[in-house]
Amino acid sequence: MTNLLRHRLFWPIAVLVVLLASNLVFSNNFFSITLQDGHLYGSLIDILRRSAPLVLVALGMTLVIATGGIDLSVGSVMAISGALACLLIGDLSNPDAVGPVLLVVGAAIALCLVFGLWNGFLVAVLGIQPIIATLILMVAGRGVAQLITGGQILNVRSEPYRVIGAGYFLAVPVSFLIAAAAVALTVALTRRTALGLLLESVGGSPTASRLAGIRARRITIMVYVFAAAFAGVAGLIYSSDVSSADSNAAGNLIELNAILAVVLGGTALTGGRFSIAGSVLGAVIITTLDITAVSVGVPVETTLLFKAVVVIILCLAQSATFRAKVFGRFGPKRAEVPA
Amino acid sequence: MIDVSTPPTPQRNRSILGSRRVYRPNTRHVPVLATLALLIIMYSIGVYNYEGFGDTQVLLNVFVDNAFLLVVAVGMTFVILTGGIDLSVGAVIALTTTVAATLLTAGWPAGVVLPLVLLIGTVMGLGMGAVIHFFKVEPFIATLAGMFLARGLSLLINRNSIPITNDFWTQMAQKRFRFGEGIFISLNVVIALIVVLIAALVLAWTRFGRNVYAIGGNADSALLMGLPVGRTRIAVYTLSGFCASLGGVLYSFYTSSGYSLHGQGLELDAIAAVVIGGVLLTGGSGYVLGTVLGVLVLGLIQTIITFQGDLNSWWTRIVVGILLFVFIVLQRLVTRKAK
Repeated sequence: MTNLLRHRLFWPIAVLVVLLASNLVFSNNFFSITLQDGHLYGSLIDILRRSAPLVLVALGMTLVIATGGIDLSVGSVMAISGALACLLIGDLSNPDAVGPVLLVVGAAIALCLVFGLWNGFLVAVLGIQPIIATLILMVAGRGVAQLITGGQILNVRSEPYRVIGAGYFLAVPVSFLIAAAAVALTVALTRRTALGLLLESVGGSPTASRLAGIRARRITIMVYVFAAAFAGVAGLIYSSDVSSADSNAAGNLIELNAILAVVLGGTALTGGRFSIAGSVLGAVIITTLDITAVSVGVPVETTLLFKAVVVIILCLAQSATFRAKVFGRFGPKRAEVPA
Repeated sequence: MIDVSTPPTPQRNRSILGSRRVYRPNTRHVPVLATLALLIIMYSIGVYNYEGFGDTQVLLNVFVDNAFLLVVAVGMTFVILTGGIDLSVGAVIALTTTVAATLLTAGWPAGVVLPLVLLIGTVMGLGMGAVIHFFKVEPFIATLAGMFLARGLSLLINRNSIPITNDFWTQMAQKRFRFGEGIFISLNVVIALIVVLIAALVLAWTRFGRNVYAIGGNADSALLMGLPVGRTRIAVYTLSGFCASLGGVLYSFYTSSGYSLHGQGLELDAIAAVVIGGVLLTGGSGYVLGTVLGVLVLGLIQTIITFQGDLNSWWTRIVVGILLFVFIVLQRLVTRKAK
C-alpha cells in the first residue's frame, strides 16, 4: 500500500479518478460510449479528443523543463501555425485535394521549426534566461500571426484539413491518434535511446554535462525545436477543429496550462528528472476539469481558481523547505540538499 | 618551463584597471542612454513625418494613456531589480477594478473602498513574497499562482463589465490640470509621477533601496553581509502588489469600469517596459528613470501607429518584440563586457 502511495503517478491518477467520478453525479451516462455513423461518441471520447492539443504542448514543455528551461512562446507558435495553414489553404485552387494540404501542413510545421531554432539559439547560444528569451516570441508571435491572417479570422473549407482536428480514423478521433503517436515517439526517443539520460543530465547541471562530454548546447536547442514542432501540430489540430484561424483565441493561456500539466505530472521546474506519463496525465486532468466545469454548470473561468489552489499546493509540496518546516518535526530528519 | 617567480606585469593590469575606471560609469548607463536615444529618434521621426505630432498634448497624452502602466512598471522595477519577476500584476488590476466597482455599486462609500482595494493588492503581494521567501518557491511559479488566484477571484465576483458611477470616482476621473489652451494632464499622471519620484528617491537614497540592489547583485553575498534579505524580498513583492492595485485604481479612473478581463497581458507590457528601460533582468542594475523611458517608448510606438493610420495594432506587438530582443541582447553584451 505504501509503495502504491509513493508511486509518483499515484496522486495525478487519484485526482483524475475523483474528477471523472464526480461527473457521474451530474450526468448519468457520462461513461457510456456509443458508436454512431462509425464514430465513437461519448464524454470520455470527447475528453480524449479535446485534450490532444494540450497533451502535445505539454510533451514539448516537459522536454524543455527537463533541461531546466521553460517555453512561454508555445501559444503564439500555435497561433502562427494555424494562421499560416489557413492562409495557404485559402490560396489553393482545390482545397479538397490531399497532396497540397499535406504540403501546407508541412510548411506550417517547418515554420514552427524555425521559431523553435530561434528560441534555442537565444537560450543556448546567447545565454539568455529561458523565461525572457521565449517571452520575446510570446509577445511578437501573436503579432506575426495577426500579420499572416491580416487581423481577421480566416475561415477555410477543406475536407482533408478538417480531418486533422475533427476527423475519425477507424472510429477513433484523428487528433487523439496524432497525440498518441507523438507520445509514443517521445517515449521511444527518450527512454529507448540515451537521449532521455542526456536531457536529465543537462537539466541537472549544464556545466557538469558539458565537462562530461555531452553537447549541452545542441541538446538545449533541440528541445526548443521539439517544443515548437509539437506546438505547431497542436495549432493545426486546433485550427482544423474549428475550420478557421483565430490569432487571439488559438493557444490562449496554453503555456500556463501546459506548465501546470507538467508540474501536476510530478516534473520539477528546476530541471533534471521528468515524467512523460505524468505530463500526459496532467494535460488530461486539466481538460477533464474544464469539461467537468461545463457539465456541472460552473463558468469555465472559475476553474482558474481551482488551478491556482492546485499550483500552490503542488509547489509547496515540491518545496523541500516547506516539507522540512511543516513535517520536519514529525518525520525523520533528512539531510538538506542544497538546490 | 613556465616562469612562476616573475609576477605578472603590473603595467598591463594597471592599464586595464585604468581603462575600466573611465569606462565603468558608462556601462551602467549605456542601456538607459540607448533607450533615451531611441525615444528621441522615435519622437523626431514622428514629428518629421506626421502633422500635429509635435503638439505638446500628443506627448502629454502618452502619459495620460499610460499612467497606470507606469505605476505597475515601477513596482515591477523593484521586483526585477532583486532578480525576481511578478506575473500577477495584470490579474491584480482586474481584481482591484472588479472589487471596487462591485462595492461602489453596492453603495459603499469611496473612502472605504479605496483603502480596501489597495489593501487587497498589498496583501496578495505580501502573501506571494512570503511564499517565495519562506518556502523557496520560484518567483515565476508563485506569482503565476497569484495570477490564477486573482483572475479567478475577479471572475467569480462578476464576469461582466461593471460601470462605475460613484461621484468621487467620476470626479477623480475628470480632474484635469491645465497649463494652457488645450494642454492638460489628468490626475492619474500626477499620481503616477509622484509614485515615480518616491520610488526613485527610495531606490537611490534609502537603506531599503540599496538592499534591493545588493540582493539583485548577489543574494548570497547580501546575506553574508548581514543585510535583511528575507525582509527586503518580501517587501519588494508587497510593494509590487501595492503598485499593481494602485495601477488598478488608476485604471478604473481611466475606464470608469470594473471588469475581470481588464489588464490582460499587462504583466508582459510592464516587463517589456522595464527591460527596454535598461533594468537588468538578472537583477542588480537599473533605474526607475529607465522604466519611465521604457513606458514612454511603448506609448510612443502606439501613438506613431495611430498617426500612421494604415498600420494595424498588431505591429505594436511585433515592434515591442523586436525592441525586447535588441535590448536583451544589448544587456548580454554590456554584462559580458563588465565581467
